[in-house]
Amino acid sequence: MSGLHTWAGLLLGWVLYAMFLTGTVSFFKEELSQWMRPEQPRLTQPLDPAVVAQRVADEIGRIAPGATQWSIKLPDGRSNTVYAFWRLPGGGQGARGFGQDLFDPETGHRVAARLTLGGDFFYRFHFQFYYMSPFWGRLLAGLAAMSMLVAIVAGVITHKKIFTDFFTFRWGKGQRSWLDAHNALSVFGLPFHVMITYTGLVTLMALYVPWGERAAIKTPAERQQLSAELNAFVQAGKPSGATVPLASIEAMVRQAQQRWGTTDAGRVNATNPGDATARIAVTRGDARRVSMSPDYIEFDGVTGKLLAVHDHVGAAAETRGVMYALHLGRFSDLETRWLYFLASLMGTAMVGTGLVMWIVKRRAKLPDPERPYFGFRVVERLNIASIAGLSIAMTAFLWANRLLPVAMAERPFWEIHVFFIVWGLTLLHALLRPAKAAWREQLWTAAALLALVPVLNALTTPRPLWHSLADGDWVFAGTELMCCALAALHAVLAIRAARHHRLGVQSGRKAGRRAAIAVASGEAAE
Amino acid sequence: MTTLLRRARTTGPLVSRIVAALLGGYALAALFSVAVLALPISKPQAVLTGQLASFAIYAGAVIWVFAVRSALKAWIGLLIVAAALAPLAWSVS
Repeated sequence: MSGLHTWAGLLLGWVLYAMFLTGTVSFFKEELSQWMRPEQPRLTQPLDPAVVAQRVADEIGRIAPGATQWSIKLPDGRSNTVYAFWRLPGGGQGARGFGQDLFDPETGHRVAARLTLGGDFFYRFHFQFYYMSPFWGRLLAGLAAMSMLVAIVAGVITHKKIFTDFFTFRWGKGQRSWLDAHNALSVFGLPFHVMITYTGLVTLMALYVPWGERAAIKTPAERQQLSAELNAFVQAGKPSGATVPLASIEAMVRQAQQRWGTTDAGRVNATNPGDATARIAVTRGDARRVSMSPDYIEFDGVTGKLLAVHDHVGAAAETRGVMYALHLGRFSDLETRWLYFLASLMGTAMVGTGLVMWIVKRRAKLPDPERPYFGFRVVERLNIASIAGLSIAMTAFLWANRLLPVAMAERPFWEIHVFFIVWGLTLLHALLRPAKAAWREQLWTAAALLALVPVLNALTTPRPLWHSLADGDWVFAGTELMCCALAALHAVLAIRAARHHRLGVQSGRKAGRRAAIAVASGEAAE
Repeated sequence: MTTLLRRARTTGPLVSRIVAALLGGYALAALFSVAVLALPISKPQAVLTGQLASFAIYAGAVIWVFAVRSALKAWIGLLIVAAALAPLAWSVS
């Protein structure tokens, strides 16, 4: 069982580490996106979702008059932009039949800020990676999550004394300390880790286990029945061809708000807008509810009359809705989101310490610590690039956002290319330098890059940290102060790595001699 | 030749277990997700129930495969459960 834990953890450990860290950051993706669009002014007062919905709906009517369907994600107080997408007639095939953009909630016009994927890059990378099709990316993510689940269960079985171990922490004792750290992180976060791993699998379960659906769902009616249990998106019917303008979207959103009390409306979806058959669905927002199962009301788009209320789904669909919501944590207020962030960061550290432990444990058994075997070197180097290197690459993504020319062609993609180029360079560096030096240099580089983010921002935007603090702009100030805190964390790790490796190499040599003697005497006995 | 044989004898059961865990475990989870359709609940609910539970089945199967004494026992265990689920899955598809 110990072997299962080690190998299930190690083989996809690097992928898991990247998934954990980018997922952790994603709990603040809206805030990160705001920081990455410094031209877009911050929101100084709460917006009225009903007014914003009308504004953006009118704008989409101007931009894409022939759209057969559109969907507006209303502002929830965390974002200073409004995302919307629409489908054009004959669409459904490729990107041509599909449009999307960000809108300014104050004016309804398209956002004029620099083009960037913002925090959405880390969010998408978290479950489907990049430079590969989303299908294969998601399959790899599922395999990693599944091995995580197995590693957690096997880990609990392996460390039967895990709960008593939790209270015995031995600092500065090499392998023992790594194990203690790994145990402490695992036990403390165990409920969260089990939850986040399982619910992560649930978010993409239709892709991972399609067999029941294939066997049971055969007619279009059955498909619609299943789809109604999962999302609020109504498939557009055949348009009549008669052009009729839409009724007031604002009034419909107000009606929805009345129904849900203080809870904001989350989305407005339209099917066949501008046609006599138009339908509008106003969906309840994720905030203040612990489920993401569909909860929406449907209006006749022409008369504005309430047609239907869809506010409950079956037990299994509700279970899925709750699990989905638990994974994304969107229901949460700021305090809960911070708790999610910290628990998730501990999960990242749990994977990280596990990866490092593999090396520490085996170094002690090496016959010659100066010339380890090939597999050992591979793991060692991949550890450096995927732990310290990822921090550098993620920070480089922020740097690219500020340093690449604003008018550059394909700008959002170049920010991402920079992320991967820098990550690749950290791997190259890890391969070329001695392991000890590589750890130290990369952790210091990450610390420096993170610490300089506020300086970079002050030099490249008119929103320096002291202004943000004075204005109470907590999105900007918070992002930069977080970078400083992470810089301090990396500096501490760099100092500890330098100190630890001195100890590790010495004890490794001693253990190596002991092992050599043991092997020699073992052979003699045979 | 003898070293090759010896290596096969030591790594063979391990490879067998890995295959049993990776593929056998998934097959069992997939079979379960179809067998659930035999439950007296609506089709969409049954489909979702099967999907929700399948990961627990998969994880449980992997743990079982590595927990038992021999690779043969692991396979037998998987097959017994599969044999119980197969008629149910057959009846609905």
